[in-house]
Amino acid sequence: MRRLILAVALIAPMLGHAARAEDTVKIGYIDPLSGGGASVGEGGLKTFQYLADELNAKGGILGRKIEIVPFDNKTNPQESLVQAQKAIDAGVRYITQGNGSSVGLALEDFVTKYNTRNPGKEVLYFNYAAVDPAMTNEKCSYWHFRWDASSDIKMEALTNYIKDIASIKKVYLINQDYSFGQSVRSDARKMLSAKRPDIQIVGDELHPLLKVTDFSPYIAKIKASGADSVVTGNWGQDIALLLKAAADAGLKVNWYTYYAGGAGGPTAIKQTGLDHQVFQLTEGFANSGNQTAMDYEKAFRAKVNMSLWYPRAVNEMRMFKAAAEKANSIDPVKVAAALEDLKFDVLDGGTGVMRKDDHQFFQPIYISSFGKLAANEPFDEENTGWGWHLVAKVDTSKAMVSTTCKMTRP
Amino acid sequence: MLELIVISTLNGVLFGMLLFLLSSGLTVIFSMMGVLNFAHASFYMLGAFFGFQLTKWIGFWPAFVMAPLLVGGIGMTVERYGLRNTHKHGHVAELLLTFGLAFAIEEIVSMIWGKSPVDYRVPALLDFPAFTVFSTNYPAYKMFMLGVSVLIFVALLLMLKRTRVGLIVQAALTHPHMVGHLGHNVGRLFMVVFGVGSALAGLAGVIAGPALVTQSDMAASLGPILFVVIVFGGLGSLPGAFIASLVIGLVQTFAVALNGSLASVFGPLDPWWEPSALADIWNVTIAQVAPIIPYLLLVIILIVRPMGLMGTRES
Repeated sequence: MRRLILAVALIAPMLGHAARAEDTVKIGYIDPLSGGGASVGEGGLKTFQYLADELNAKGGILGRKIEIVPFDNKTNPQESLVQAQKAIDAGVRYITQGNGSSVGLALEDFVTKYNTRNPGKEVLYFNYAAVDPAMTNEKCSYWHFRWDASSDIKMEALTNYIKDIASIKKVYLINQDYSFGQSVRSDARKMLSAKRPDIQIVGDELHPLLKVTDFSPYIAKIKASGADSVVTGNWGQDIALLLKAAADAGLKVNWYTYYAGGAGGPTAIKQTGLDHQVFQLTEGFANSGNQTAMDYEKAFRAKVNMSLWYPRAVNEMRMFKAAAEKANSIDPVKVAAALEDLKFDVLDGGTGVMRKDDHQFFQPIYISSFGKLAANEPFDEENTGWGWHLVAKVDTSKAMVSTTCKMTRP
Repeated sequence: MLELIVISTLNGVLFGMLLFLLSSGLTVIFSMMGVLNFAHASFYMLGAFFGFQLTKWIGFWPAFVMAPLLVGGIGMTVERYGLRNTHKHGHVAELLLTFGLAFAIEEIVSMIWGKSPVDYRVPALLDFPAFTVFSTNYPAYKMFMLGVSVLIFVALLLMLKRTRVGLIVQAALTHPHMVGHLGHNVGRLFMVVFGVGSALAGLAGVIAGPALVTQSDMAASLGPILFVVIVFGGLGSLPGAFIASLVIGLVQTFAVALNGSLASVFGPLDPWWEPSALADIWNVTIAQVAPIIPYLLLVIILIVRPMGLMGTRES
């Protein structure tokens, strides 16, 4: 009898747990929560938790609550695989990750292999920020979906904008010396020479990743080259220090960047005093002018106390809900099928589509500049008093690239 | 081209002088106590963060004086209650202490001020272009940094060569026991030297913070190059550290400015080699390898002249 009671006591909580697990959709958030990438990773986690709360308040997905389960991968591909396995063991069928294409490629490969070996227990990988084009080209996978624009899409959008600006004549490329920086550089060369053969590439620099403490020697070189514009995919301190050195030397050029808006970037630009001379490419931003998005930004800032870095995360979660409702199931296989070619009205306005061929989401891309705010622009960044201002919107049709993906479908 | 040379020289000298502010303390501490202080760059970081915090509370100029004093005080405490106690267990224990300290300081700094860069600005008084070479501005703040570094160099040299205290320090560098037997308090001397060395690192941090980015990994990124400077210049030699700082500052700055590669000297590689690793070596520019040049210099000097440029003994 005692043994029976013990058994019941042991099993009953498990049953309860199993029943509860049926009611929730667990999303494993695998990103850095310690080490150098922690500040970015924590920002992402807060964003996803906000999004989950928001969906849950409206009844969740198909009546099920959403739970974000954080896993710390220390920006390390190896560690990410361990954490992914841990997540799956904890009942996670949806993984989301963003920081670092090296991690992204490892996870994509892991999920693909896992799904082949474990039919019926498929896991989906939702990517919100790893932008290496390889992930939707030669290394593409049916189980991976990307909501951020890959680096070649961003370059396509940027060069489509540059094409019509006659004053740009001499361009200087400066990028970090690793796979991402090299892809920015080669895409820029290829696309600029196709669209604006008259533009001269007066410099093409690769510098070590996150190791340079003073960029003034590079700035002197840019100055000597006579460039009028600089294109860079730099992120983190590499963009902040680069801009700082430029302002000190009084270098008057326009900066076309991927990540000037990242943590610390706005502070550096404000220090430089480069008013509306630094541009960035995003799928949305605080002052986009779209009323729905701006109301959303306001509510988000009020509750989370940071700006919405990832409008794409909003799109990701909402599309997840839409796909699950379309399939009338939260089974990853059915959700994946429903996501393919799903059209969706994105947060900042306009329609995007999750392309079936490579599972890349195509959406309008905004080019914005950082500086003093106009009357109808309520949001600044990092308490600098300066904010992003709309320069151009590149429609979905002009932010498309072809793919070499040959997808193996289940 | 001339413009590039002038600007690169100025930048190189400036970076060199900043390195000197740090390496001067490190090299004197090393030769006196036989301890390579791994936490030296952390004192530099502390200086920057104290400078930032004090600037916010009481303004830049008071911070400019206070922050190095604070860092110096911390340095003295570390010597008095940390290093002096581990001294009897030998150099390895001391080395490990400074090693652990470096990590502890980094963690504490990121706990207090966070992991992202703080908004540490150049004071308004110095926020203007000092002069314009051709069409490039040279910021007044950088001239100020240069001025402070030169001043410290002269002061240090005068103190070591012309004062009684300097004489005792110099004697203690080579014969600490003899100095002790002559009735000088060597322990206190060590403490003061350690404090002054840390304060100099702190000063470097206060003035470099606004010019570079002040964040919790700034110590880790500058630390290794300091060791290159003191080994290159010769351990314990102040003039050696001075020359090495300038050489490394200039070499690194000019290497970045150069676009030469093997391909540009010997012509493009035979297409047959294109897919091999040789193609990468052939086409890499001097600018791309600029950051490893100091370490290359370190290896060469250790092979050719192990005591360093101006060093007197082999370590």
